[in-house]
Amino acid sequence: MTGDPRIHGKDSILTRASFAPVSLRRIGAMVLRYGYLLRGSWPRIIELAYWPTMQVIMWGFLTQFLAQNSSYFVQAFGVLLSAVLLWDVLFRGQLGVSISFLEEMWSRNLGHLFVSPLRPYELPIALITISFIRTIIGVVPATFLAIAFFDFSIYSLGFALIGFFTNLIIMGWAIGLIMAGVVLRFGLGAESLAWVAIFALAPISGIYYPLDVLPAWIQPVAQALPASHVFEGMRSILVDNTYRSDLMLKAALLNVVYIAVGFAAFSAFFRAARIRGLLLNLGE
Amino acid sequence: MHESATRAAISVENLTKRYEKVLAIQSLTFDVAAGTTTALLGGNGAGKTTTIAILLGVLLPTEGRVSILGEDMLRHRHRVLPRMNFSSPYVDLPRRLTVAENLRVYAHLYGLRDVNRRLRELGEALDIASLMKRPLGNLSSGQKTRVALAKSLLNEPDLLLLDEPTASLDPDTGEWVRDYLRDYQKKTGATILLASHNMSEVERMCDDVIMLRAGTLVDRGTPDALIKKYGRKTLEEVFLDIARGRGRADEPGAVTTAAQ
Repeated sequence: MTGDPRIHGKDSILTRASFAPVSLRRIGAMVLRYGYLLRGSWPRIIELAYWPTMQVIMWGFLTQFLAQNSSYFVQAFGVLLSAVLLWDVLFRGQLGVSISFLEEMWSRNLGHLFVSPLRPYELPIALITISFIRTIIGVVPATFLAIAFFDFSIYSLGFALIGFFTNLIIMGWAIGLIMAGVVLRFGLGAESLAWVAIFALAPISGIYYPLDVLPAWIQPVAQALPASHVFEGMRSILVDNTYRSDLMLKAALLNVVYIAVGFAAFSAFFRAARIRGLLLNLGE
Repeated sequence: MHESATRAAISVENLTKRYEKVLAIQSLTFDVAAGTTTALLGGNGAGKTTTIAILLGVLLPTEGRVSILGEDMLRHRHRVLPRMNFSSPYVDLPRRLTVAENLRVYAHLYGLRDVNRRLRELGEALDIASLMKRPLGNLSSGQKTRVALAKSLLNEPDLLLLDEPTASLDPDTGEWVRDYLRDYQKKTGATILLASHNMSEVERMCDDVIMLRAGTLVDRGTPDALIKKYGRKTLEEVFLDIARGRGRADEPGAVTTAAQ
C-alpha cells in the first residue's frame, strides 16, 4: 500500500509522511496547536511566569530574613531560592503535559485527533515538547528576577544545573503522562488529580530539607524519586561546594524507568479507552 | 484516488461489541461498495455510533473483522487513516483556535502536500474564506458545520464517515451541505457512510440503506426498494416500522435484503 502512486504519488494531495510510523510533522502540528492556544491568550503567558515569580519573591525575602538569623543560611544563601526554582521545573514540567492534554478534553477534540493519522505515541511527544516550552517561559524570567532582586544566580550551579533541570523535567513529564492517561481513562472527574499529583510527592522529595530529616520508614520511598537525588545534589553544591555525580547518575537511571512507565501507562490507558469507547464521547 | 466501483470500501464481518453486560452490536456483517453513499440507520441505542467508532478505529470490537479500503482496520489502521475522515456535530474542534489555525493543524496531521493551497480551495468551496481569522467558538452552528466539513475534506478522503451531517442546521444550510457532499462524491468517487435521523436526507442522498435494531442488521436496500418492500410512502415510515419491530423485518437478527 505504501508504494501506491495513486495514494501518495506526486499528484496526490498526501505525502509519504502521511503514512510514516513516526512523523515530526504530526508532532509539530500538535505543538503548533498548543502554541496557537498560548499565543492567542496573553493571560495564559502571564500565568506561566506569575507563580514562579511570586515564589521567588516570597522565598527570597524569607531567605534574606533567615540569613540574618541562621548560620546555615549565611553559609548557603541560595539553597532555598534554588530549591524554589528547581521545584518549579518539576511542577511546571508535569503541569505542562497535564494541562495541554486537558485542553483536548475540555475542547472535546480527542475524537478528531485519534481518527487522524496522529499515532498514540506522537501525542505524548508533542505534550512533552510544549511542556518544555511552557517551563522555559515560566521559570527563566523568575531566575533573572532572583539575580535582580536578591543578587542570587541559579546559573552559579554551573553545568550541574543542566542535569538538575533535565532530571526534574523528565520526572515531571512522566507523572504528567500518567495523569493524562488517568484522565483519558476516567474522564474529567479525575481532572483534579492532574493538578495535585505532584504535591503528593513534594514532602518526600527533600526540596527544602535533607532526606535524613524524614522518618526512616519513608526514606526508601524518597530514594526512589529522581527529584530527591536532584535536591540532595543541589544542596551538596551550594552547602558543601561538592558536585555529586553519583546522585546525578541515580536520578538519571530512575528517570529512564519513570519516563518508560509514563509512556507505558499512557499507552495502556489509551488502549483501555479504545476498549471502552471513551475517545468519541469524552468531555465535560 | 478513486476506488474501483466493484470493490468494497468497507467490509465488516461478524462484528460484536460487548460493554460488560451490554451487547451493543452483535454479529454484524455487511459491505459498503466503493463510490456509493450509504446510510446507517437505526433508533437510539441501535448500534450506529458503536459501529462508526469501530470503523474509525477509536473503539476496539469484542469480536469480528473490519476491512477498510482493503486494509485490516484492527491491525493496520494507520495505513488507512490518512485516506479517510470524519465529521460529527458531537465531536468538536478547539473553540479558542481560529478557523485557519484549526484547519492548518489538521492539514499537517494529515500530511498534506500544499497546506496553503488546500486551505484556499476549501475556504472558497465551502464559503468560509471570510471566517478564517475568527475563533471557532464565535461562529454560528451553520458556520461551524461548514468548518467541520472543511476539516473532514482536508485530505480529499476516499472514505468519509459522517455522523448526522446536517443536525441543528436550518433547511437551507442543510440542503447546501447535502449538495456539496453529493458534488464531492460525484467528483472524487469517494465512499460516504452516514448516520442520520433525517429520513428525507437519506432518501435524497443515499444509494443504499443499512437498518440496525438492537445491535443487529435487520434490513438493507435502496431507499426506494425498502419503501416498496414495506408498502410505505416514505423511508421515515419504514424506519418507524423497523424501530418498533413491525412489518417484514421485525425479528432482531433476521437479515433480509431488499432488491436493488
